[in-house]
Amino acid sequence: MSENPLRDAIQQAIDENEIILFMKGTPEQPMCGFSARTAAALQSLDVPFAAVDILPDPRIRQELSALSSWPTIPQLFVKGELVGGADIVAELYASGELPEVLGVDAPEGAPAEAPAGADPAPAPLGIENRLG
Amino acid sequence: MPTADELKQRIETAIPGATATVESPDDVHFAAHVAAPAFAGLTRVQQHRMVYDIFTGELGGAIHALSLKTEVP
Repeated sequence: MSENPLRDAIQQAIDENEIILFMKGTPEQPMCGFSARTAAALQSLDVPFAAVDILPDPRIRQELSALSSWPTIPQLFVKGELVGGADIVAELYASGELPEVLGVDAPEGAPAEAPAGADPAPAPLGIENRLG
Repeated sequence: MPTADELKQRIETAIPGATATVESPDDVHFAAHVAAPAFAGLTRVQQHRMVYDIFTGELGGAIHALSLKTEVP
């Protein structure tokens, strides 16, 4: 057993959610411009993603950064891999690569049907699954 | 308080062959554009990590925000 349940919970959240964004605040109420822009990029693609607000407990950020070797927030993970922070997501969005990275169709033309409901998330991290 | 010029020097010293442009309106928020041959073959995440690693412990502190754009020249 690990002696670090919080880090385990974060790792589990990353493993269990195909697209997961760790951010300051929530997609509806972001508490930082970088988090706001990153969430907005995902929302604009109508892609369902899990979001974790790291603000309620400073240890979440500490453990997340230790786990990802990435010092800043937001952090976007797709299929268990760190895609990047706000700059990289903005770059991918601007270049049109983001849908491919997320594994969704590009938004042009008929948008893909939104999946009916994502898996419920474990409670300790306050993850919320959202549709864009 | 770090200056944009200091950050530029530190990036160029730490990453061999790197050319950095760093801007800051307030010496707290920084935006850096870094081109380095050492980035070749690395993912964007790995490239950004190389730059972040230079400022371990300062990000979120003296360096409130560091916005990055990296490229292979």
